[in-house]
Amino acid sequence: MFDGLGNRFNDLFDRLRRHGALTEADVDAAMREIRVALLEADVALPVVKQFVDGVRAKAVGQDVLRSVSPAQMVVKIVHDHLVETLGSDSAGALNLNAVPPVVVMMVGLQGSGKTTTSAKLARLLKEREKRKVLLASLDVNRPAAQEQLAILAKQVNVTSLPVVALERPVAIAKRALDVGRREGYDVLILDTAGRLHIDEMLMQEVAAVRDATQPTETLLVADALTGQDAVNLAKSFAERVGITGIVLTRVDGDSRGGAALSMRAVTGQPIKFMGTGEKLDALEAFQASRIAGRILGMGDVVGLVEKAAENIDREEAEKLAKKMQKGSFDLDDLAGQLKQIRKMGGMGGIMGMLPGINKVKKQLSEAKIDESMLKRQEAIISSMTKTEKRNPKVLDASRRRRIAAGSGTSVPEINRLLKQYQDMADMMKRMNKLGQKGLQRHGIQALLPGGGRQQH
Amino acid sequence: MSDAKPGLFARLKSGLARSAQRLTDGIAAIVTRRKLDEAALTELEDLLITADLGLAVSKEMVAGLRRTRFNQEASTEEIRTTLAEGAANILRRVEKPLTIDPAIKPFVILVIGVNGSGKTTTIGKLAKSYVDAGKKVVIAAGDTFRAAAVEQLKIWGERAGAFVVAGAANADAAGLVFDALDRARKDSADILLIDTAGRLHNKSDLMAELQKVLRVLKKAEPTAPHAVLLVLDATVGQNAHAQVQTFRDMIGVTGLVMTKLDGTAKGGVLVAIAEKYDMPVHYIGVGEAAEDLRPFVAVDFAKSLVGLED
Ligand SMILES: Nc1nc2c(ncn2[C@@H]2O[C@H](COP(=O)(O)OP(=O)(O)OP(=O)(O)O)[C@@H](O)[C@H]2O)c(=O)[nH]1
Ligand SMILES: Nc1nc2c(ncn2[C@@H]2O[C@H](COP(=O)(O)OP(=O)(O)OP(=O)(O)O)[C@@H](O)[C@H]2O)c(=O)[nH]1
Ligand SMILES: [Mg+2]
Ligand SMILES: [Mg+2]
Repeated sequence: MFDGLGNRFNDLFDRLRRHGALTEADVDAAMREIRVALLEADVALPVVKQFVDGVRAKAVGQDVLRSVSPAQMVVKIVHDHLVETLGSDSAGALNLNAVPPVVVMMVGLQGSGKTTTSAKLARLLKEREKRKVLLASLDVNRPAAQEQLAILAKQVNVTSLPVVALERPVAIAKRALDVGRREGYDVLILDTAGRLHIDEMLMQEVAAVRDATQPTETLLVADALTGQDAVNLAKSFAERVGITGIVLTRVDGDSRGGAALSMRAVTGQPIKFMGTGEKLDALEAFQASRIAGRILGMGDVVGLVEKAAENIDREEAEKLAKKMQKGSFDLDDLAGQLKQIRKMGGMGGIMGMLPGINKVKKQLSEAKIDESMLKRQEAIISSMTKTEKRNPKVLDASRRRRIAAGSGTSVPEINRLLKQYQDMADMMKRMNKLGQKGLQRHGIQALLPGGGRQQH
Repeated sequence: MSDAKPGLFARLKSGLARSAQRLTDGIAAIVTRRKLDEAALTELEDLLITADLGLAVSKEMVAGLRRTRFNQEASTEEIRTTLAEGAANILRRVEKPLTIDPAIKPFVILVIGVNGSGKTTTIGKLAKSYVDAGKKVVIAAGDTFRAAAVEQLKIWGERAGAFVVAGAANADAAGLVFDALDRARKDSADILLIDTAGRLHNKSDLMAELQKVLRVLKKAEPTAPHAVLLVLDATVGQNAHAQVQTFRDMIGVTGLVMTKLDGTAKGGVLVAIAEKYDMPVHYIGVGEAAEDLRPFVAVDFAKSLVGLED
């Protein structure tokens, strides 16, 4: 619903097109737009002010290169400054340099994703770092919280500390540390109860756990949907408990994620991971450029490419690559690709990640192209005979009418699908030269209505 | 042992400290009169923005002050009161209690929302209040996905004195809801509360699953659900717009509950949502215990938005 910074700037600089360099007036006008864009993205106000001042200092007096527009120039300055503020991309590592068991404590507000993230981290450390991990729940408040962690631990094949009824958090933590030492665990992850940063009693409790276990990492788990309150909660947790990093959850949502910038700015601590789903493998290293693009509303290009690569079943992709080499990409393969698109969270999901998409999105919603269209296209293909799928050239008018009736669609729809298929087959031929990597990169975009020919 | 709960004294002390702080803040606000110039108006706009009202609504509300009070002398207290009245006027339209029609048995309430917003807890609280009011309540554990979601709800069911219908892990949610309706009918329950798994509104497969729950429910009882509550977390920012719009369009929402207002988040986005969607707000959540559910009161909510807590 909100236009990103890119669009705002295009409008602004359309009016300023005659300029060749960034004057102070240009920059001022641009800064007003940046402020709006950041606030709409839920960046907290004090952080917005600080950020805008930083950008202004960089932007005034900058020469605008001949080849780019002032809009592009400012967007680049803003984007770079944002990436810089958000921190480096290589944050996906925990500090495990301590006497084992290395203690990792998870803290945060109620429902932010601590328990899920604890299990995700355990899985990551076990599978990637080959560490022996012990999970322990100190949550004696929320109904069935300890059971939740025990179930998740089982799902990732990690041991969880047996629950002793009525034991208090500090005592549980001490016992966990004990077991960790005796049984030779490398890492101990402490999942704590959700707590409000203004809850004096519970903040004292978590500080006591910290004192008893001396965590090497204390991770603040916070929701990417968070609004202005992000600064308050992050500041309090940093001051009262002391944090060494942040995990941003629900990045798989469609929020603009300004809370990431807010929390990073007020705590100075790196964002180490992002949660990208409910499943236990949905934890990724934080990528500043990806979140920066989202905050600015410029599309999550990197995210799209990765998601595409992740969702395309490798075997499928190899099969497809072979077919392409032989030049035998047929309608069955197209049906497979349509399914892939739906798997990726539908058009809505993909479209949100593409740059410069706002305009296209509008056109699309006007054209009423949506997932039901994908399903209809799949239906069309499944109403074809084997021969027709393999060799669409045989599809004459009467066959098309039959398929329309069989799939509950219309002949024009079939024509459109076949046109799309032809465009794709042509594109595939061209991409043959790029190899499989190229396919993964462009294959999805090529499927978008209009053959992926958007601006930018 | 260092592990005991902080004593009564410590709690009392921290409670008193907080009240004292509020008192001094309040006095400062009353004695400082200043001219309502551009700088002062900007500060007020900032206050609203930091309460998550969003830029557009914040500007709109401050513009009202600029029209009527520009360059007049006023105390902070007066100005905030005026602003709160503005917000309350918008919110009053959506201040509507959730009414249970006693003629409908069971009255079916479907509870939906994004992950971790407080659906299950809110159901527990509602169940408790209905049972306390002498109603017979059945709860459907429709979250068959999240680990220990059923166990969590069962504990709430015990607290409330309501029967919880649950299935196996990863069972079909729609099937379970069907069974729960059957059970509620057989028990001649007054109210059936349906919990659902948390889902982000941009996940089309999960939204489709919820639509299926709805279809199955309607097949068994064409008038159901009689209420669909969307649970919003008060810490949410502008994404609440997308949540309300998508859940409304795809599932149909009859009212909102905003949880976690016991923190520092103000939930100001509700004002914009009230303006745009005219969506009733029934309850607010102010804690994790059964009694921490309050009817939504526009005036109180508006006061808290501008820092005029009483
Ligand atoms: N979509 C999505 N859901 C998530 C993510 N992380 C956690 N969740 C979901 O968020 C909800 C709450 O997660 P929990 O791990 O129970 O949160 P918590 O912080 O331990 O909650 P409390 O212990 O009650 O404070 C669950 O439904 C999780 O499945 C994520 O990255 N994406
Ligand atoms: N402080 C506070 N915590 C709350 C409130 N309502 C719920 N919670 C807490 O928030 C966390 C999540 O609540 P749940 O009821 O499990 O949320 P949910 O929406 O059912 O979560 P999923 O089923 O995982 O999507 C729990 O720790 C609750 O105790 C509230 O009004 N205030
Ligand atoms: Mg938890
Ligand atoms: Mg739940």
